[in-house]
Amino acid sequence: MNRIHITVNGQALELPAPATLADCIGASGLAPDAVGTAVNAQFVPRARRAEHALQDGDAVFTFAPITGG
Amino acid sequence: MTFPIADLVLQSRFFLGTAGYPSPAVLQQAIAASGAEVVTVGLKRQLAHGSPPGDFYAQIRASGARLLPNTAGCRTAAEAVVLAQMARELFDTHWIKLEVVGDEYTLQPDPFELVQAASTLVREGFEVFPYCTDDLVTCQRLLDAGCRILMPWGAPIGSGQGLLNPYALRQLRARLPDVPLIVDAGIGSPRDAVQALELGMDAVLLNSAVAQAHDPVQMARAFRLGIEAGRLAWEAGIMARQDMAVATTPVTGRPFVL
Repeated sequence: MNRIHITVNGQALELPAPATLADCIGASGLAPDAVGTAVNAQFVPRARRAEHALQDGDAVFTFAPITGG
Repeated sequence: MTFPIADLVLQSRFFLGTAGYPSPAVLQQAIAASGAEVVTVGLKRQLAHGSPPGDFYAQIRASGARLLPNTAGCRTAAEAVVLAQMARELFDTHWIKLEVVGDEYTLQPDPFELVQAASTLVREGFEVFPYCTDDLVTCQRLLDAGCRILMPWGAPIGSGQGLLNPYALRQLRARLPDVPLIVDAGIGSPRDAVQALELGMDAVLLNSAVAQAHDPVQMARAFRLGIEAGRLAWEAGIMARQDMAVATTPVTGRPFVL
């Protein structure tokens, strides 16, 4: 298998394998320092994105700062 | 008016939320008018095809206030823990306002998930500011889980109803004399904040009462004055209420009847 199929914020994304979370963030065009990341509802720190290997079916979610009460 | 809290000493007992203002400029002016040194912020999952994240983070840091991120939107301890971990990284703070909601209508916390999340987050080194109801036993469980601070509600979030159960807040104050108590949620106008401070609450956190006012900057100023007044009154020792009248002018009975 030379491509993996994941979702990013619910949207399907195909990446060449092997792919890390850092690759995924790069592919999505998001500034790495501007978002927090979770894979399959687990937090992945920024420093570990480059070594976090993604697998078929992984659900990646990104979060950004907003106003709040 | 110093306020020791979470290893800091603040000068203001006014925590202000940042949501729902007419514009970023009004938000900045309201923060300045409030004198608040702590403001709450949130995290949002991005939409798949949404616009790129704005520069809210840069703007809010420019205010100079200390940030208190919240876990709004979470219904379970697991969700809240992950959001808190992301918030710690994104906002560079170990402070977290822990919100774990159990009912969509009242937005009241799920006490079981709340205590579980608090326990996990305390172990992971967070300073947890738990948004809770005024239930004394839940509050005690949060303290048992390692929380040093409690944030009991006045009324449902955004409802502006004021303090619906002052008796319960008085009980918390009496039973937990050494715990910082910050009334969070439901405050509508300065009199609610004054009432909270006069009851001996240590601070208030409010958002809608300022953001939804016709003139949020003026309202922030009004709240600032009210919070200072309420605290001064508490420290000054308020007179006892009584049913009977007690005359004050020291006359000798009636003027012409001996």
